[in-house]
Amino acid sequence: MDKFIRLQGIAAPLPIVNIDTDMIIPKQFLKTIKRTGLGVSLFYEMRYDTEGKLVEDFVLNTKPYDQSKILVAGDNFGCGSSREHAPWSLKDFGIRCVISTSFADIFYNNCFQNGILPIVVNTEELDQLMSAAKSQTEFNIDLPNQTIQAGNLSFNFEIEDYRKERLLQGLDDIGITLGYQDDITSYESNKKNQKPWLFGDL
Amino acid sequence: MSNQSPKTLFDKIWSDHLVRQREDGTSLLYIDRHLVHEVTSPQAFEGLKIANRSVRRPAATVAVADHNVPTINRQNIEDPQSKIQVETLAQNTKEHGIQYFDLMDQRQGIVHIIGPEQGITQPGMTIVCGDSHTSTHGAFGALAFGIGTSEVEHVLATQTIVQNPAKNMRISVNGDLPFGVTSKDLILYIIGKIGTAGGTGHVIEYAGSSVQSLSMEARMTVCNMSIEAGARAGLISPDQITFDYIKGRPYAPTDSHWDQAVEYWSSLPSDSDAHYDHEIVINSSEIDPMVTWGTSPEDVIAVNGVVPSPESAKSENKKKSIERSLEYMGLQPGTKMTDIKLDKIFIGSCTNGRIEDLRKVATIVKDKKIASHVQAMIVPGSGLVKKQAEEEGLDAILKDAGFEWREAGCSMCLGMNPDQLKPGERCASTSNRNFEGRQGRGGRTHLMSPELAAASAIKGNIADIRDFT
Repeated sequence: MDKFIRLQGIAAPLPIVNIDTDMIIPKQFLKTIKRTGLGVSLFYEMRYDTEGKLVEDFVLNTKPYDQSKILVAGDNFGCGSSREHAPWSLKDFGIRCVISTSFADIFYNNCFQNGILPIVVNTEELDQLMSAAKSQTEFNIDLPNQTIQAGNLSFNFEIEDYRKERLLQGLDDIGITLGYQDDITSYESNKKNQKPWLFGDL
Repeated sequence: MSNQSPKTLFDKIWSDHLVRQREDGTSLLYIDRHLVHEVTSPQAFEGLKIANRSVRRPAATVAVADHNVPTINRQNIEDPQSKIQVETLAQNTKEHGIQYFDLMDQRQGIVHIIGPEQGITQPGMTIVCGDSHTSTHGAFGALAFGIGTSEVEHVLATQTIVQNPAKNMRISVNGDLPFGVTSKDLILYIIGKIGTAGGTGHVIEYAGSSVQSLSMEARMTVCNMSIEAGARAGLISPDQITFDYIKGRPYAPTDSHWDQAVEYWSSLPSDSDAHYDHEIVINSSEIDPMVTWGTSPEDVIAVNGVVPSPESAKSENKKKSIERSLEYMGLQPGTKMTDIKLDKIFIGSCTNGRIEDLRKVATIVKDKKIASHVQAMIVPGSGLVKKQAEEEGLDAILKDAGFEWREAGCSMCLGMNPDQLKPGERCASTSNRNFEGRQGRGGRTHLMSPELAAASAIKGNIADIRDFT
């Protein structure tokens, strides 16, 4: 997985609440069997009209936001389905950091599996960051120090230590867990004795 | 957490599945059952292949294609991408020795319908699937939640998942449900009350006499939409209704294992003095038949209400959100919900595609005809639900009324298959999400119970079941 340490760039403002995963990447793009190539379809229905032409005033279609690495969005970003295609499409577009007041649990988790940093800020901070994004102020995200800096704004953010560590090192979760194989095997043999009905074959 | 301290149902399942704490402080949780479908698994299997890893417990895993599948002419999937996805699932399951219910198998159906139907879903289990409506299985007192594809790969490789404990929320609903109010109305009401982020970070336990009196299928409808309330999982205490439902199903425990299982299952309900981080108490008399007016499941109102005005919003953000929803939905504030004219009716999905749902619809539409301007379809949740309905003669009643009778799948709940709304079309739907574009680009969805959808099909407008004759 790609590491995330620091990120610098302008942020795209998307002041809509409850941006759901259907909005981020609609159903027709879930038919792929690959993780890549979804960036062009990110926010498809807002980004393209019914004829497939770019909607000129949609933020990610305008310069310089078409090169955004950061997104600032309204409350409850990423609600809805578990589709990891949502973070895949954000990442494929180039977005590595999303800032909002809250994220849906599954989406939040999926971001960390893909080297994307979701940052939770409070409502006042979001309002100020949204304005900074609109005025094309450069953002500096610093994960080791857990800070967002944009113009004269500077905020700290919280992140669980293990998530931070995984992003900083770009660690593969499966590799870590496979280090605990003996524990898993011993759990299974205990449970087979205690609750044998759980081990009937499907 | 010591063994003596009172525990919730969630705490009990959690501690019983804790393999160990990892060095980084996270918990490694054992997974009893892994359900797999065609849309969120191909990249996971690909990941295993690239890393030369195998599936740890193929026999704890079951797969089915449901999201993409056509509900007519199933022998031939016309969309080449959908076809590849379904074929890839067949190939991957074969390669790894995973049980796969193919499209011609009567057991095929929506993954969250077939788990319970086959007796795969049992109390006290941990169950995951790359689908957010995995919360459905919580109706059995199983800890069940949706995961992303990277986690699907993790579970395939290790039979565990990396988690931190959720917070406990209890929502108690007390009293008999009023006339015309169903479990769908109950959960829509709850979502309206706490909001789509209300349960974020929590597991919601549904309790109280209204919930306890529900059938298993009605309980599944409630837990199914926990995710629409922001919670990854919903839970209901297992009881005799649960045990009776499971007994005799193909993968249910038998003989001495059954007795052992029931003894364990009976120990699962939350201790009376257990602590909840958040508690909500609702009196069932507050609840009306509910319908959504906007583009989020929290945009819900009693069916005899009116479309709300943006001016009623408590914040500027909420006001903008209402304005955006109303524009998308093509609705004016103050319009009576029952004056809203419909184009399509969709009855099905993992929320309301079970036999009891179809029976209720059949009872309402028997000897009646759907309004001439609507197109109505019924998509049973599984091949076995369809077969059961046909044995009961429900299909004939529904077809006589003008409904299309389809093959099982997710269908128009998300429109990955050809069943979609056209721009501007308005649909009464028994599914779970009314997001912009969910049922087709520009499509307008009103979520409701099967009873309301059935009555609405006949009237051609959103209808209040309490006034329906």
